[in-house]
Amino acid sequence: MLKIDNLQVSVADKPILKGLSLDVPAGEVHAVMGPNGAGKSTLGYTLAGRNGYEVTAGTASLNGEDLLALEPNERAAKGLFLSFQYPLEIPGVPALTFVRTALNAQRKARGEGEVSAPEFLKLVKQKAKELRIDFDMLKRPLNVGFSGGEKKRMEVLQMALLEPKLLILDETDSGLDIDALRIVSEGVNALRAPDRSMLVITHYQRLLDYIRPDKVHVLAAGRIVASGGPELALELERTGYDRYAAEAA
Amino acid sequence: MNAPVRLDLRDASTFPTRRVEDWKWSDLKRFLREAPAVSPAIVVAPGGPFAALGGQEIAFGNGLTVDAASEARFEGAGVLRLRFVSDAQSTGHQASATVVVPAGAELLVLESYEGAGSAYASNVGLTFEVGEGARLTRVVLLEEPEDVISVSVADVTVAPHARYEHTVLASGAKLQRHETRVNHPGHGASVRLDGLYVLAGSRHADLTTVVDHQGVGGVTSQLTKGVVADSARGVFQGRIVVDRGADQTDARMGHHALILSDKAEIDAKPELEIYADDVSCAHGNTIGALDENALFYARARGVPEHEARVMLTQAFLGEVTDRIEHEGAREAAQAWLAERLEALL
Repeated sequence: MLKIDNLQVSVADKPILKGLSLDVPAGEVHAVMGPNGAGKSTLGYTLAGRNGYEVTAGTASLNGEDLLALEPNERAAKGLFLSFQYPLEIPGVPALTFVRTALNAQRKARGEGEVSAPEFLKLVKQKAKELRIDFDMLKRPLNVGFSGGEKKRMEVLQMALLEPKLLILDETDSGLDIDALRIVSEGVNALRAPDRSMLVITHYQRLLDYIRPDKVHVLAAGRIVASGGPELALELERTGYDRYAAEAA
Repeated sequence: MNAPVRLDLRDASTFPTRRVEDWKWSDLKRFLREAPAVSPAIVVAPGGPFAALGGQEIAFGNGLTVDAASEARFEGAGVLRLRFVSDAQSTGHQASATVVVPAGAELLVLESYEGAGSAYASNVGLTFEVGEGARLTRVVLLEEPEDVISVSVADVTVAPHARYEHTVLASGAKLQRHETRVNHPGHGASVRLDGLYVLAGSRHADLTTVVDHQGVGGVTSQLTKGVVADSARGVFQGRIVVDRGADQTDARMGHHALILSDKAEIDAKPELEIYADDVSCAHGNTIGALDENALFYARARGVPEHEARVMLTQAFLGEVTDRIEHEGAREAAQAWLAERLEALL
């Protein structure tokens, strides 16, 4: 599904990712853990195609297709979804309008027909109910004045509607209390499927109690320095990142 | 406060220069040194951009009505389409109109400046009188060629318990000035002064307003937004005066604009002159670029860049058109905005 090979990325001419390689097969959930400044968010932004994240070497592909050659919206249409650590407020654009615009833009890019308004509404109502999102909230401008938990639930709602092939969750647990974390995690877990992969980027092990990974990778100083099963996350929780940071340096 | 300039195209000594404070960003004299020759008479077909909204029509063609008068007067209710149609080459014309809304009546004025030809100068003087308890909604559409001069100045007198609301939609010209001066009586009267400018090329638009609160308990709400691209120039001048004794005045002014290019320019002068003690007045002014983070967010969800820019810019500017209560007029304004942005971005 996702193949990253020797990825090197600079931000404002400063190297952040220094030869990162990662392989996430279809249907698997991989966690990328690491200390602050290791390059975790850079990985997410680079894969999504944000300006200012300059790829200086290496490759990244989604189902064999070169991701790095595509515009951000083209990557989304190919099935990549980055869930933001801090979802943006979009003043003046109701959440419903935003999601429907995104969904139809993706469908158009794939040569599929638009989803009709009644069809879309039915779908949204059902998903919103599962995520315990008040439908009236969807008529408000996206994320404007929403709490941290509400913003993350809106992210999960968008995932559920856009049905991506690869989900990248960037610090999805930040700013969430236990109840919100549970609702968001249940929403993400409901999306696990044999043809869908997930990359869970997190600093803390806590999220992985809720979204259980198949594999855990340690990212330190721009490289994957260790990989293992879920037990690696528990070990990190006990021992911290110091050992890996020292090794990488 | 300076006495307002009373422009007369026949008399070059009335042409303001940038040394006149209120005209410093709209230097008319720079573009027009002498009185232009008088524009020829033209025939104007009924209709115009607001034709679908019906109502009565008063149309000027190069400054003259169908009866060859340079002045018109309207008194009544309902819908009035007030059209100033120009089709001239390097000549000038001016017209004036008075609109009276009787006490308790409701009138929608759809005021359009429709230009063809090139390098003409147009000057319009308007007088609005809004009677006690009456309501006047004025939606103004300025659509003129890039190389013309167009000035319109309105004096508005509002009676107690009346409502005056306007929304100016400007697409600019070589020099395009739309000015409104309101005498606000307080005493339950409320005023809304909104504006929107969408400017491309080397166009200039100047939205100027002056509100003078003369009595207690007046409300004024003002929201102007704009976007400028290329080497265009947007000017916003808003002055709210609260006279001595005009207590419990509630006045809010906002001007927020987007600059899309390094060569584009926005000049804004929000002014509050308050001589009363017990008032609630506020103003805000912001000028910036489109939020690149929001743009990336929309693109990362699959929306192509151009579509994302249009969506976010329209959402930003649409706050102004959303404030038009009359459904047909609001939809016409929204359609104009969508069309203008599609061409601009």
